[in-house]
Amino acid sequence: MRRVAGVNAPGRTDLPVLKPYDVKAVTPDGYIFTRWVATLPWWTPALVVLAALLWPLIASAQSGYTVYDAFDALWRWSPFLLWSGFFFNVLISVFAMAIGTVFGAALGLGQISPNRVLRLAAWFFTQLFRNSPWLVILFIVLLAFPFQVKVFGVTIPIPDWMKGVIGLSLPIMANISEVVRGAVQSVPTAQWEAAESLAFSRRQILWQIILPQCYKRMLPPWMNWYAILTMATPLCTLLGIEEVITLSRQAMEAEDNHPELLVPFYGFILILFFAYCYPIARFTMRLEKKYAVKL
Amino acid sequence: MTWTPDQPIVSLKDVRKSFGDLEVLKGVSFDVMKGEVICIIGPSGSGKSTLIRCINGLNDIQAGSITVEGQEVHDPKLDKLELRKKVGMVFQQYNLFPHKTALQNVMMAPVLVLKEDKAEVERRARALLAKVRLQGKEDSYPGELSGGQQQRVAIARSLAMNPDVMLFDEVTAALDPETVKEVLVTIRELAEEGMTCMLVTHEMGFAREVADHIYFTDRGVIVEHGPPSTFFTDAKDPRTQEFLGQIL
Ligand SMILES: Nc1ncnc2c1ncn2[C@@H]1O[C@H](COP(=O)(O)OP(=O)(O)OP(=O)(O)O)[C@@H](O)[C@H]1O
Ligand SMILES: [Mg+2]
Repeated sequence: MRRVAGVNAPGRTDLPVLKPYDVKAVTPDGYIFTRWVATLPWWTPALVVLAALLWPLIASAQSGYTVYDAFDALWRWSPFLLWSGFFFNVLISVFAMAIGTVFGAALGLGQISPNRVLRLAAWFFTQLFRNSPWLVILFIVLLAFPFQVKVFGVTIPIPDWMKGVIGLSLPIMANISEVVRGAVQSVPTAQWEAAESLAFSRRQILWQIILPQCYKRMLPPWMNWYAILTMATPLCTLLGIEEVITLSRQAMEAEDNHPELLVPFYGFILILFFAYCYPIARFTMRLEKKYAVKL
Repeated sequence: MTWTPDQPIVSLKDVRKSFGDLEVLKGVSFDVMKGEVICIIGPSGSGKSTLIRCINGLNDIQAGSITVEGQEVHDPKLDKLELRKKVGMVFQQYNLFPHKTALQNVMMAPVLVLKEDKAEVERRARALLAKVRLQGKEDSYPGELSGGQQQRVAIARSLAMNPDVMLFDEVTAALDPETVKEVLVTIRELAEEGMTCMLVTHEMGFAREVADHIYFTDRGVIVEHGPPSTFFTDAKDPRTQEFLGQIL
């Protein structure tokens, strides 16, 4: 959050001041999720384990099925959930991020194009996908995309998980577009002018002088979006994609749907996501601090 | 019409420039000959920066004409990049590229814009940095250099393009009094070597020393001008007298 002297940071004088109305200081910034994860203590998963242990005691163990049976079931299923489930989520997130980054960068550069039509079009698609609910985008992609395409007589099937990747990459694309635009516009115009007066062309200025100064400041928000994306991959379960949530539901079904299974299984998934995203969040916030002041 | 060195290298005729409703230049005319050093002085907001930025096409103009070596700067058909190869510019805030070392800053434009041989450019860049007394600082990043050092890198960076005219916009205004001198020494050497220089400056002593001609601007017009020998002593316009009275 931006610091404003006298409002959410120590004032610079002890004289009474008229406090400025600073919208940016009171609206949350884009890091709200990552910052929250990063401030959690590293032993947060222990709380999940504790909850999983205590919950069956509270939820009455009337049936013969005990908490030990539930953990035994989890123990048997966990390698499967990890390797076939969670790693598939990671795979989806990596693909969606890669696609979203490539197209988002192009869209972001479109937003600062000197060509008015291109600029407006890029702005429109950015706003469209940035402000639509992710789940809606996912469903539209699922229903609108054919399950196979024919290219030069060759039929290429599009499996559902690929649609999930595309669906998730669209909002990422839009947000990366904003990251790129913001980073380019944060470079002082004096840099453009200095380069212009050295007879650099616009393209050269952008690629040789402006963008190289942007990579560092784009890294924290980019990682921030990756963490958010990873946490959003379970949405794919609603498309029937066999990721970690879908598989654990199937596993619990195979274990006769005992209610005692719920907390250990979902707790396990929670811990997996935490273990994956926590280091990313910590690292992001460290980079953010490091690059924030330096221009 | 081809330009010959006995014609003005830079020529302004009745130049008018507005930002929206605000008319900043209200008909400015003067000529600069090759090898001449001119200084533009005047109160803050009188349009000095705007004037100098019009000469290399960073700002457009509404009326009048500016020619550099006989070429109309604001001719839409003119290749701006060709013009800027001939006109170097140094800014008040140095504006070095922060992600490049001093040497890279100097080398970038000749290599990428003029497509010159890299080894040859490097040799020239090192010589230029030595000339502005920065040997040993070749591999420093702008953030590691003092203001005066950064400004001298910026001068070397412009010179690396072998310009015919150099524009300086208050290049010492952001510097400490002690470091002002090292930059001024560099500019004086350039002037003595015969580089055509147009300087906006508040350093009256320096203007008096290096300038061939001094122009005083106020509210978008040139109020008075003359060689330094007479300009400072025989100012006739009350605005010039008042300004000089405040500064000297
Ligand atoms: N990009 C711009 N848009 C609008 N107005 C501008 C712009 N640049 C300059 N001006 C206005 O033009 C006028 C002249 O500005 P300019 O920078 O040329 O003055 P200056 O003589 O260089 O002053 P200083 O000595 O303070 O540098 C000022 O009133 C300024 O507010
Ligand atoms: Mg100025």
